[in-house]
Amino acid sequence: MLKISHVSKTFNKGTINEKQALIDLNLHLKPGDFVTVIGGNGAGKSTMLNAVAGVWPVDQGSITIDGADVTGLPEFKRAAYIGRVFQDPMMGTAPNMQIEENLALAYRRGQKRGLSWGVTKAEKSLYREKLATLGLGLEDRMTSKVGLLSGGQRQALTLLMAALQKPKLLLLDEHTAALDPATAAKVLELSDKIVQENELTAMMITHNMKDAIAHGNRIIMMNEGRIILDIEGEEKKRLTKADLLQKFAEVAGVQEETDSVLLS
Amino acid sequence: MNIAAYFASLSLPNLLSRMPAAVGQGIVWGLMALGVYITFRLLDIADLSVDGTFATGGAVTVMLIMAGWPAWAALLAAILAGLLAGLCTGLLHTRLGIPAILAGILTQFALYSINLRIMGMKANQTASIKKYGMFWENGNGFLLSSRYVPQAIAVGLILAIAVIALFYWYFGTEQGSALRATGSNPAMSRAQGINIDTMKVLGLALSNGMVALAGGLMTQFQGTADVNMGRGSIVIGLAAIIIGEVLCDTVFRKGCNFAVRLAFVVGGGVIYYMVMTVILWLKLDPNDLKLFTAIIVALFLAVPYLQGQSRSSFKHAGKMAQQAEKEANPHA
Repeated sequence: MLKISHVSKTFNKGTINEKQALIDLNLHLKPGDFVTVIGGNGAGKSTMLNAVAGVWPVDQGSITIDGADVTGLPEFKRAAYIGRVFQDPMMGTAPNMQIEENLALAYRRGQKRGLSWGVTKAEKSLYREKLATLGLGLEDRMTSKVGLLSGGQRQALTLLMAALQKPKLLLLDEHTAALDPATAAKVLELSDKIVQENELTAMMITHNMKDAIAHGNRIIMMNEGRIILDIEGEEKKRLTKADLLQKFAEVAGVQEETDSVLLS
Repeated sequence: MNIAAYFASLSLPNLLSRMPAAVGQGIVWGLMALGVYITFRLLDIADLSVDGTFATGGAVTVMLIMAGWPAWAALLAAILAGLLAGLCTGLLHTRLGIPAILAGILTQFALYSINLRIMGMKANQTASIKKYGMFWENGNGFLLSSRYVPQAIAVGLILAIAVIALFYWYFGTEQGSALRATGSNPAMSRAQGINIDTMKVLGLALSNGMVALAGGLMTQFQGTADVNMGRGSIVIGLAAIIIGEVLCDTVFRKGCNFAVRLAFVVGGGVIYYMVMTVILWLKLDPNDLKLFTAIIVALFLAVPYLQGQSRSSFKHAGKMAQQAEKEANPHA
């Protein structure tokens, strides 16, 4: 479903701040894969997701989504394939617009936006239904401005919007990091549900190793712009936090104590 | 001058007789403010090209009327000229990476020369109303004129209603929603597949088209176009928006329909001109008007910020902390 081949990206090339963020990166996701991505700060996790989303062009390599080469497409064109939820709850929704207007914007992701009405009556009942599944009571506040919602509510809404028009790929970039533990758990549970119900292919970055183990069918660990660990299926189910820390020490050749600081 | 003599010299009938013309002019500026609303409120861009485009609209209108075009066709051409000017600002901003505010200043600066060229290298041009007449006389003449103030107000109101209806429809469509989303959250808009550069160019073009239309109407109202007629129009537009919104929020505390809000913006233009008329009637120097306008707009722009500050500021927090300390240790 997603194929990253030999992708490299260097920021601030030729300056003192030069940073090789991705180095000859390769990753192949099968349809229905739900991959959790872990790694320390600066390992290249977000950079990988941004490369896939097309936030900037890559230096080398190619990115293919469901057979279509998207390497040369800008972000807004790749949006046809990709649903995204960001770390910052403020980033995924338009605060000055109503809940139903936000949903309508997401419903038209990847389609031409013409001069027909922005939110139709038929859509509204669909949105009401979908919002009700969140269990946050948002279905009764469809004309409220999104700016009035809490961070957790906005993140749940963004998640719903990302899957409203079924994406080929769902990218979750530490989307629970800014939420309190209870809300984070709820949003994670919701993410699982949405991925399963829609049979989505997804990548989720997290700093929480427990979450990384508990969710998805595959886990990858990144370090210094490379994927250093890739475990799936039965083997992943049996993983423990200690295993991960040990593997990280083996592959990266770093002291275990610093690892736990970096990864936990 | 002694104060009693000053008050005696003010005549209320004189003020009242000036009001209708102020209302007519205010509606035209209100229409102009609707153009500014697209960039300032919906796209979140402060576009300074409008000072130039207002005069461009006037210049195109006066020259085409003098060339024998019907007034309405001249206005359509003015809109087209405004669209092009906005397109220019938009491309400077999105294709060449120039900050929006600078792109607007560049366009405005360039338009000064262009406006002079449009008017045959003259600083102003007058289309004689005696020669062309009013449109209800011959179907081709002026749509509005300061010589027929009640009719001018009627025409202005009809246009305002038409424009508000058009805005209400357009910004409710898929495309209009995408434009609003671009102003509200560009990152989210890109992630939803919206080409935000295209939306910005489109919004700037529409805004300047609207402003040029208002410039054309003002030219018909006054019978003349001047290369400096647009100077400060961004400030007047902002004044109309702010006055209108403050009133709207006071009347409808729970928020209101988009069309009602736009109607209040047009009303803001009318109120602005009525206030200016009162100031002139009070025999203040007209050369000070721009200073007054700037002060009023600065005050109203500052109100939301200051309100926020009064609710939560470091100074306030510090005071509260000291007070709490005193209450806890009264003898310290």
